[in-house]
Amino acid sequence: MEQKQLKDFDINKVRADFPILKREVNGKPLVYLDNGATTQKSQSVIDAITHYYSEMNSNVHRGVHYLSQISTDAFEVTRRSIQAFINAKYEHEIIITTGTTHSINIIATCFGKVNIAAGDEIIISAMEHHSNIVPWQMICEDKGALLKVIPMNDKGELDIEAYKALFSEKTKIASFTYVSNSLGTINPVKEMIRIAHEHHVPVLLDAAQAIQHVKIDVQDLDVDFLAFSGHKMYGPTGIGVLYGKEDALNAIPPYQGGGDMIKEVTFEKTTYNELPFKFEAGTPNIEAGICLNAAIEYINAIGLEQIAVYEEELLNYATEQLATVPGIRFIGTAAHKSSVISFLIDGTHPYDVGVILDKLGIAVRTGHHCAQPVMDRFGIPGTIRASFALYNTKEEVDALVTGLRRAVNMLV
Amino acid sequence: MTINEIQDELMDDFSFFTDWMEKYEYIIQLGKELPLISEEHKKDDYIIKGCQSKVWLFPEVKDGKVYFTADSDAIITKGLVSLMVKVLSGHTAKEIVDADLYFINQIGLNEHLSPTRANGLLSMVKQMKLYALALQARG
Repeated sequence: MEQKQLKDFDINKVRADFPILKREVNGKPLVYLDNGATTQKSQSVIDAITHYYSEMNSNVHRGVHYLSQISTDAFEVTRRSIQAFINAKYEHEIIITTGTTHSINIIATCFGKVNIAAGDEIIISAMEHHSNIVPWQMICEDKGALLKVIPMNDKGELDIEAYKALFSEKTKIASFTYVSNSLGTINPVKEMIRIAHEHHVPVLLDAAQAIQHVKIDVQDLDVDFLAFSGHKMYGPTGIGVLYGKEDALNAIPPYQGGGDMIKEVTFEKTTYNELPFKFEAGTPNIEAGICLNAAIEYINAIGLEQIAVYEEELLNYATEQLATVPGIRFIGTAAHKSSVISFLIDGTHPYDVGVILDKLGIAVRTGHHCAQPVMDRFGIPGTIRASFALYNTKEEVDALVTGLRRAVNMLV
Repeated sequence: MTINEIQDELMDDFSFFTDWMEKYEYIIQLGKELPLISEEHKKDDYIIKGCQSKVWLFPEVKDGKVYFTADSDAIITKGLVSLMVKVLSGHTAKEIVDADLYFINQIGLNEHLSPTRANGLLSMVKQMKLYALALQARG
């Protein structure tokens, strides 16, 4: 196998691009390891936001006037940029939403409305975020359908044989995550999609924790629907993406009614607009939509392959170093992992550890990570989660390890 | 001692600490002095749910005064609970309801009382006052 190498990745230059990384918290340099929750923004994204409000602000898709045209153009540039980023066949397969949760709800609701009936089955996995559980439970409740859950082993890997056995003639859709937000597991999604398609079952992939770490090619994956958020890929909050194959999106009704999503409205009958606008009712988050492009350009300039190599090196280093902390127990030890390390320390509560790390300027997440069934699976109330991004360093990993040792000294 | 005298004493104790570590070590120590809730009361009826750490709190009236026993699964939270119990336990329901807990700000623990913190401390203070209010009404 060809040795992956870092060519032009200059971590100091990358860090200089993110102004917040220079600040202190509680008198200590900020060590931001909560990237699974949200990522920081580059100066180019921040500048784009200022530029939008200083020079462009106007509503999109409606006006004849100059500002409306330039903001509409910029909004559509983002759509094409996303199309290229995930290699979608058509730009109208890219629906701009408010985030992953919104995207999943669109599919659960609209696909469910026309395709799911009493007694039908929906497959999800045991490691889903609540936002890929609850929308499906809601449609199940509404229609009298059943949720089938792919189990996982003690390492936090899905049981693919059990997954195969879940399919029946009643299975209507499968929805699972690419990368687990609580365990870091990278699922074999290409294989899983192929299996679903053998049963003529479409797949929705939750890529919220994958899009910033793993190169995604929707045509190569042959995935039917894909959901992700802008703010986890260095972009603004309140913006996200629903990708769907053209035919699949055309086959389901719109989600919300309102402006932009209509072709013609009379009081007797309304006809709906074409893709993508059919799913984009109302004024979108224009600023975030436009400025997401700056984040995508930032990622593209470094290259996702480079980022993946750097982050993998960092993850391996962090896993090795953390293993030296007395009493540490990793939750999620899958063979293929992305930039998330979840753990517990014997004799401590995650909350206590989080409080002490915060005093040391280290930001981690503690708790159930909106994945309570995962915590139940491991019989724990929650974990401490360190999640990495392209700007994190080995020195920050060292600071985390030192912080944890201090926490252990105080708490145990 | 009155509620305010106890608050003043605690403020005096905390004024000796020069850094956050000493302060938190003291809080952890206080957790060990917390009058623990009995096992029979350590159930869902007496739980105050924060997002992450659990707190159990049980009120009792003896000779016209309200006494609290409590516990938490997180030890910093337990220390904070202990502080509150130290201040409010052993006073009349009216004194508890009327108490102005100024010491929290003074010793720099106000961050723990923000509704965005996941430790349930704010709910705990509210619950202590609610218990006292109910006992006062029963009165």
